[in-house]
Amino acid sequence: MKTIRERAIRECVRRLSLKANFSLRPDVKESLKRALAREKNPRARRILADLLENARIARRDSLALCQDTGMPVVFLEIGPDVNISGIDVQGAVRGGIAEAYREGFLRDSIIPDPLLRGRPGFSPGIVHANFSRQKGLKITVMPKGFGCENKTRLKMLVPTAGPGEVEDFVISAVHEAGPDACPPYVIGVGIGGTSDYACQMAKEALLRPLNRRSGLSHVARLENSLMKKLNKINLGPMGLGGSTSVLGVNISTYPTHIAGLPVCVNISCHVLRSASERL
Amino acid sequence: MNASKQIRLTTPFEPGILESLKAGDEVLLSGEIFTARDQAHKKLLGLLKEKAKLPLNLENKVIYYCGPTRRRPEEVIGSCGPTTSSRMDTMTPPLLKLGLKGMIGKGRRSEAVRQAIQKHKGVYFLATGGAGALLSKKVKSLRKVCFTELGPEAVCRLTVKDFPLIVGIDARGRDIFQRKGQK
Repeated sequence: MKTIRERAIRECVRRLSLKANFSLRPDVKESLKRALAREKNPRARRILADLLENARIARRDSLALCQDTGMPVVFLEIGPDVNISGIDVQGAVRGGIAEAYREGFLRDSIIPDPLLRGRPGFSPGIVHANFSRQKGLKITVMPKGFGCENKTRLKMLVPTAGPGEVEDFVISAVHEAGPDACPPYVIGVGIGGTSDYACQMAKEALLRPLNRRSGLSHVARLENSLMKKLNKINLGPMGLGGSTSVLGVNISTYPTHIAGLPVCVNISCHVLRSASERL
Repeated sequence: MNASKQIRLTTPFEPGILESLKAGDEVLLSGEIFTARDQAHKKLLGLLKEKAKLPLNLENKVIYYCGPTRRRPEEVIGSCGPTTSSRMDTMTPPLLKLGLKGMIGKGRRSEAVRQAIQKHKGVYFLATGGAGALLSKKVKSLRKVCFTELGPEAVCRLTVKDFPLIVGIDARGRDIFQRKGQK
């Protein structure tokens, strides 16, 4: 058994929160570079170059990549050998977030009550805990900005619908987001499960490296097809046109019920942030 | 874009200068701008409704839809890119009526805002979303003005130098996104 202490979790969440906010994910940076090499629209090229420069400055000066340092979403994957009995995991995560956000001069964007609002602070984040067959405790911190989070769409399609209807829904969600949520986007899609699980899968799909396709061939085909179609809508960086409208389409699927086909689209702006470690 | 196409603008705007701008123009803005986003707008409108005096004079001013990160001691400001403008749409026309001339944000505006910009001969600028670290280097000073209880949503006066912008909606009501055939 591997006994994990509160302090180790807090420290890890702190490190990951800082890293995710200051250092652009290598796969995202790589896809911006590839987009810049391909893009022909001069204004789009200039914006893409600015985004790479922004990542360089953020890292150099420990400045947040984006002022919206998000609502931190923390994923815990608990392996069979992990012993976390008797410790306050939620409290440790919350503490790690608050320490990092204070120490890193990040933004206090979290208000204590959705209706009463109140004075903004640094925590809590959201914790998703899953059980895994892999050993150890994997912790991932994803600071999710709300410009793009606001563009999330869930649709319960009928069970007789197919990939065509799923594609139409994803494309309509991107059109609805339009220029507002900082394109080029990364599109996370969750298909199947229940409504809540489709939403969780859509967000988790954003954690997969952009250059890695789904292991299921029919899902990988859907990812490639959507990527191609979405890069033809001439949305472009900042919504000002160009062939770079999305940097990636990541789809996760799960078995579902005979009566339904849940689909959730969770859009990320080009500043897709996450960092992981295994304890 | 090549540098020759960039138009230098300074606040306070000279009378008539905004009418020479066209949607799509690239602008380097220098001078004073004021951060204000959702809750600050709500408060301003609340004060207007009560016919109370506003804590800042909006006449010929520019509002930046921005809530920066906290400032490191060695920096002027934290990361400070634009937030989504459309959330301020319903609260914008009354401020234009008060003399507000410019807004900086990202994304589309409503038809009512486009018409109000045209009527009051103002301008809506786009700043690059998700480039807050880069934009922070264009800010030369920051002073809190009001609503400090709102934390990052407080109204701050920023002095900027060559802040890079694109004209989104011009004083004649031309909209960069409509022109591109997008809704």
